[in-house]
Amino acid sequence: MPDLPINLTVNGLPVSTEAPARMTLADLLRERLSLTGTHLACEHGVCGACTVIVDGLAVRACLMLAVQADGSEIVTVEGLGSQDGLSALQAAFRKHHALQCGFCTPGILTTMHALLLSEPSADEARIREVLSGNLCRCTGYIPIVEAVLEARASYARAEAAE
Amino acid sequence: MNRPNAWIGSAVARVEDERFLRGRGCFVGDIAAEGLRHAAILRSPLAHGRIERIDTAAALALPGVVAVITASDIGAVPRIPMRQHAVPEGEIYRQPVIAHDKVRYVGEPVAVVIAEDPAVAEDALALIELDITELPVVADRHIAARDDVLMFEEAGTNRVRVLCARMGDADAAFAAADYCRRESFSVQRHTAMPMEPRGLLAEWDAAANRLTLHGATKVIFYNRRTLAEMLGVAETAVDLIEVDVGGGFGARGELYPEDFLIPFAARHVGGRVRWIEDRREHLMAMNHAREMYADIEIACRRDGTVLGLRGHVDVDLGAYVRTNGFTAPRNVVQFMSGPYHVPNIELDAVVYVTNKTPTGTYRGPGRFEASFFGERLFDMAAQDLGIDPAEFRRRNLLREEQLPYPLPALLDTDDGGKTECDNGAYAIVLDRCLREFGWSEKIKLQGRLIDGRYHGVGLGCFIEGGAGGPRENARMIVEPDGRIAVYVGSSAIGQGLETILGQIAADALGLPMDRVRVAHGSTTLVSDGFGSFHSRSTVMGGSAVLLAAEALLAAIRDAAAARFGCAVNDVRFADGLASHGSEQVAFGAFAGLSVERTYHNKKHTYSYGSHAAHVAVDAGTGHVEILDYVTVEDVGRIINPATLHGQVLGAVVQGLGSVFLEHLQYDENGQLLTGSLADYLLPTATDFPRIRGLSLGLRPCPNNPLGAKGAGEGGLIAVGGVIGNAIAGALRSFGVQPRDLPLSPPRLWHLIDQARRAAANDTRNGHNG
Repeated sequence: MPDLPINLTVNGLPVSTEAPARMTLADLLRERLSLTGTHLACEHGVCGACTVIVDGLAVRACLMLAVQADGSEIVTVEGLGSQDGLSALQAAFRKHHALQCGFCTPGILTTMHALLLSEPSADEARIREVLSGNLCRCTGYIPIVEAVLEARASYARAEAAE
Repeated sequence: MNRPNAWIGSAVARVEDERFLRGRGCFVGDIAAEGLRHAAILRSPLAHGRIERIDTAAALALPGVVAVITASDIGAVPRIPMRQHAVPEGEIYRQPVIAHDKVRYVGEPVAVVIAEDPAVAEDALALIELDITELPVVADRHIAARDDVLMFEEAGTNRVRVLCARMGDADAAFAAADYCRRESFSVQRHTAMPMEPRGLLAEWDAAANRLTLHGATKVIFYNRRTLAEMLGVAETAVDLIEVDVGGGFGARGELYPEDFLIPFAARHVGGRVRWIEDRREHLMAMNHAREMYADIEIACRRDGTVLGLRGHVDVDLGAYVRTNGFTAPRNVVQFMSGPYHVPNIELDAVVYVTNKTPTGTYRGPGRFEASFFGERLFDMAAQDLGIDPAEFRRRNLLREEQLPYPLPALLDTDDGGKTECDNGAYAIVLDRCLREFGWSEKIKLQGRLIDGRYHGVGLGCFIEGGAGGPRENARMIVEPDGRIAVYVGSSAIGQGLETILGQIAADALGLPMDRVRVAHGSTTLVSDGFGSFHSRSTVMGGSAVLLAAEALLAAIRDAAAARFGCAVNDVRFADGLASHGSEQVAFGAFAGLSVERTYHNKKHTYSYGSHAAHVAVDAGTGHVEILDYVTVEDVGRIINPATLHGQVLGAVVQGLGSVFLEHLQYDENGQLLTGSLADYLLPTATDFPRIRGLSLGLRPCPNNPLGAKGAGEGGLIAVGGVIGNAIAGALRSFGVQPRDLPLSPPRLWHLIDQARRAAANDTRNGHNG
């Protein structure tokens, strides 16, 4: 079967590419677009490591076919910070030692970014509830929750400024 | 030094974090390489059988397939060595890197497909015709012990060996004791489950006859030697390169069959071959761990003084003895007495092969199991004797003046198992834990029914061995800009090693952190290295860094003295400058100056501590909530309190996963029933939110220049016993005693239900009588 054309926006930049029908969005990002920050840890939608933001929603890139992303706007971990620095969420992760091996971190950042964009005042229980869709084997989650709680302020400010 | 200990002891932000947070880490699957080919591995679908025929013609005919490798392409099939605790009786049970006559577990490699595209490689697996005659399955240790079905006919038995820990005279102690109790306990098969599955990228340079293997970790120098021998090339023709690693926990980085097969495939096709394990493969191919069954007995005086421990632990090793299959069996008997004075010990670990995935080390190997068995038995004894559990432990903890204290000897082992607890204030740390936890208040809740749930508290104490020898290397070079490059033989597996060794180096050199650059994890960087296992990187790698820094400063001092024309002792150092009077010169002027030093140490470090937990048990569902969990440990000297704290919290949650969730289950045919993360449950963010960890630097280790002790496993070791004890406390009105992990809701509910029925029967019988 020939490759199918795909047009999408990734981290603010337009991308025109093509992929086999069976290729996942995760493989497209990693193998065709060299965005290797999106990690694969289970490839069956349980661990959340491959989470990217598709049209504002946190989505498992291992369960979505690349062709389904045609016309979408996608944000990956590479698109969270600015050119010269870490985002408030990323900086809070660093401050709170919310990562060890760093493998699950991209999917957790994208998941929490999507959460705080829509719910900047999410409380600890809500953060834990949403975070429970991502597996981390190193931290025990406690420092991650602390980091997300701290980062809320910058999302609330951004919302107020709009 | 103008900046003594500015970095050591500080919660320095990790140098690793920025790249990970921006998605710029480089894990093995992230490496971009031209002309990459992809490997997929055909694994045995059966637990036990004889291979009759493997037909690869259809797979080879699939467009995009480059090669299919089976045992016949390899010739004499190498076998996985016993890296730790090798003994002659283990030889016959070693794993061939690819199955050639028999398959012995579901997941054993049978063939390797190399294709231009990873999806095509997977497609081709389905086209390989595999004809296996099924043999009866040795599904558990009971079947193994009967020896009706032999997994290794030439061995004549499924019982691999017995490891014996001995101290004093157990029989005499039991004969003279006021009190004895014998109990059975078990820990279920589960394992490390790092978030990044394994992966390898092998590059074969045919012109130079050289192999470069990316994705190695943990023990890269050992693996290089072994791999070179297996491939029949010189050690210098092989380089192992560690990139970012998504978690190790003891299981990653051992020499697995794939570590031979992928380099062999690269040589076979002459180029680059990549293999990235998927999670299903990981669950059946990476080392399993922990499956043990204890039948043990304790002897005490009436006052609660423990006199002896004896009994045996059956170990289900799985199909083969891999690199470190004997480590956990050895530890479970040697460390069951933990931090306690138990003068008479006779414990045997009986190791059986079964048709399941082979086992190896997982964080706190054998120690987690031993702690569960021992601490549960201690609590039962304390209860029988009417002694408060905290008082029972205080009475038996090793006193400071008893240290150093030799642990039981191991008979018939390579080294006699000689090791001793180094130093520590065990009782002080226990009391600190009790205070932090609020034991004296919370114990009043023991067994009480509050708002529909039974409350309980539990306690346990542990030691954690660290600093496995024999040595570690560090090399330092002055760079032209005056920065110091630090190369170490240790490995980073997600524990923040670059930061920790950077702190040690910066302190020793009197430099800011950003003037020191730590590199590790490559056989190209230092002449030899021993890696990261047995909580050794900080102590061994850090001590080597200290020695190298001392030597480098001496070399700079000599060179500066020559330049200034002054006596060596008149050279002063400050902030990367050497000076004499008004003359000064930057370290960069000595670019290229280089030293390499080796730190030798055979004495283990023993960090130690206590855990306490408060649980609430729903007797209607068997669900347990952790209301509070406190750990207090003494690690001798803290290098980075933030990374250490992270290790502690993460380890406790892993331990709670072991206690409540994680279980690799097989059916009677040796089929793995938990082949996905939907079946194999890991802790999530909603499971265990309340954990407190306190780390102390109370008693610096006398055996290394840093004063540090290996840490990072202690948070896990005590969890099983502590939670088991807390649940027993909560359910004491039912008489429930948790003896078998995991304590999943259905299992706990069954225990409660059984206890209720038994009580009802007693009552009925009582009425009738």
